[in-house]
Amino acid sequence: MAEVMQDYATSEATNEGAADQTATKTMNMIEAINSAMDVMMDRDPDVVIMGEDVGYFGGVFRCTAGLQAKHGKTRVFDTPISECGIVGVAVGMGAYGLRPVPEIQFADYIYPGIDQLISEAARLRYRSAGEFIAPITVRSPFGGGIFGGQTHSQSPESLFTHVSGLKTVIPSTPYDAKGLLISAIEDNDPVIFFEPKRIYNGPFTGYYDRPVEPWSKHAASKVPTGHYRIPLGKANIVRAGEALTILAYGTMVHVAQAVVEANGVDAEVIDLRTLLPLDIETIEASVKKTGRCLIVHEATRTSGFGAELSALVQERCFYHLEAPVERVTGFDTPYPHSLEWAYFPGPIRIGRAIAKIMKD
Amino acid sequence: MVKTPAAKPERKPPAKSVSAVLPEEGSNHPRPRDPQRHEATQDELLHFYKEMLLIRRFEERAGQLYGLGLIGGFCHLYIGQEAVAVGLQSALTPGRDSVITGYRDHGHMLAYGIDPKVIMAELTGRGAGISRGKGGSMHMFSTEHKFYGGHGIVGAQVPLGAGLAFGHKYTEDGGVCMAYFGDGAANQGQVYESFNMAALWKLPIIFVIENNGYAMGTKVSRSSAETEFYRRGDSFRIPGMQVNGMDVLEVRGAAEAALEYVRGGNGPLLMELKTYRYRGHSMSDPAKYRSREEVQNMKDTSDPIEAAKAELLKMGVTEETLKSIDKDIRKTVSEAADFAETSPEPDPSDLYTDVLVEQY
Repeated sequence: MAEVMQDYATSEATNEGAADQTATKTMNMIEAINSAMDVMMDRDPDVVIMGEDVGYFGGVFRCTAGLQAKHGKTRVFDTPISECGIVGVAVGMGAYGLRPVPEIQFADYIYPGIDQLISEAARLRYRSAGEFIAPITVRSPFGGGIFGGQTHSQSPESLFTHVSGLKTVIPSTPYDAKGLLISAIEDNDPVIFFEPKRIYNGPFTGYYDRPVEPWSKHAASKVPTGHYRIPLGKANIVRAGEALTILAYGTMVHVAQAVVEANGVDAEVIDLRTLLPLDIETIEASVKKTGRCLIVHEATRTSGFGAELSALVQERCFYHLEAPVERVTGFDTPYPHSLEWAYFPGPIRIGRAIAKIMKD
Repeated sequence: MVKTPAAKPERKPPAKSVSAVLPEEGSNHPRPRDPQRHEATQDELLHFYKEMLLIRRFEERAGQLYGLGLIGGFCHLYIGQEAVAVGLQSALTPGRDSVITGYRDHGHMLAYGIDPKVIMAELTGRGAGISRGKGGSMHMFSTEHKFYGGHGIVGAQVPLGAGLAFGHKYTEDGGVCMAYFGDGAANQGQVYESFNMAALWKLPIIFVIENNGYAMGTKVSRSSAETEFYRRGDSFRIPGMQVNGMDVLEVRGAAEAALEYVRGGNGPLLMELKTYRYRGHSMSDPAKYRSREEVQNMKDTSDPIEAAKAELLKMGVTEETLKSIDKDIRKTVSEAADFAETSPEPDPSDLYTDVLVEQY
């Protein structure tokens, strides 16, 4: 048990060996996620990959392709379609000392597992006063943009940020995805790792009628082949600016950036990377500097994570604000199939919100 | 109501001599051997008697403390079911095998020899409690004894048990997980997800259904289409065993047969322990759903402690010895109660500890 309880982050240097740092490869987000799991399986025999179709088939989105062939059926295995059971078994494995990485095939399928995530995974540490932990990382593709309709497009992140005892991580690039996933697997707490499926193969600017750009043209597709970490709880300022702060995560980081470039507004775009723990210091410093704040997310508006961000910004930066905090989000409807782009908080709505904030 | 059913119906030998190649019970799955009532030495039975009596007296005192307002919230007493935890856990190897159970968990902890003081102090929510007052009656753990709780959500501990068993198998430590749940929890969907995975992966786990006849206030016949719970694993080819849970030696004998089977690499086994709780589901339950006569009849005819006492007297143990045992136990329980009443409540700063690795 002792080795399980050890905190990775304090037990080793952040990056090992120069070789890990220098060797890079162009990867899309799927390959980066695959690489993170591969690296962790090489380093830690307690890391186990499990989920529906993750083994033989290599995952619906191919995130686990080749891992079973390399690491064997005991460490990369298929489960029945039993989301509650998958999470529950993973919690037990974690409590016993393993470091399971269960995949829930779509975030929309995670609901049967919520009992286990909330009542067991998130709470085991607290109610055993630290005797047992659930160091599991639940990976799951989320978000829309691929015409998945209401059961294959949802963004349920705020259900999990509402739960004390869980961490919620959402990457926006291949480089971040790998570094964050490694940190999540090494973390001794349960982590919900939502992968924006619309940007698995390339960044998406929200201009759905334009040709898809592959990751290879993006700087963040240069991914170290070895082990590296991006700490949980550290936001990334993807564009520095003075006029306004835009808070986004996942797919919406790219959409917001594209709008800013097109509008020529000097916005500071912050990619939150992890919703919980939240890097409130970076947010606070930025909003105090710019005096204006726009929050963008794909999830529905009411009780969405944007509401929490908005409240925090008001609490901490009220006397610095030049305009009301704005939110651009998905509408309070089920995720539509045919009207996907009407629902999606795309460039037009973001552009309007920026104009409104800047007008005051 | 509780009878002593055989684990397997008695069958006449087949007329033709092909029986050797025919699968037993119409399935080609291996089955455990017929359990034999354990032939206990006087010392052994005395030990079981002491453990059962300790649970009984402890629970009686917990009931009193609850009545006095010293225990708050929920408190589920194990009175009547003592033979189950004592008989089963006496057959396990401490430190190798793991145990997990639901919210009626005081007895399972006492059966493991865990100090009654820290258990009682957890019930009164004191800082000296085994979960530092964070868990309460339903949520207690012990790494030392591989006791994994103590879970307040009905049935949610069962997938965790499968995960623990996976841990045993993965680490090849030869351990077996014993996962307890009640007749009520046996109707939860996640239990069957766990059955499927445990059978699929041949996990070393014994699913123990403590059938005390009532899911809170709902009689088994009003909640369950199949009231013979030992058959609940049939669809997963998990063999079942029905055991008289009011006789500690029958329980112990059955546990040995079960462990032999599971340690033999045959995968999971299901045990139904027919038992009875004398008190209400929790302290707030007046138990109006059953007659006073039914309860009295069980106490008069099937009490596990009285039965063990009669057997000990027959073996030549004197009344005096038994009286002095009772006296010692009362003293132990009184000390536990004093400890639980007088030790201080947790510090308010403990509110934020053990939530995540970091504190917020």
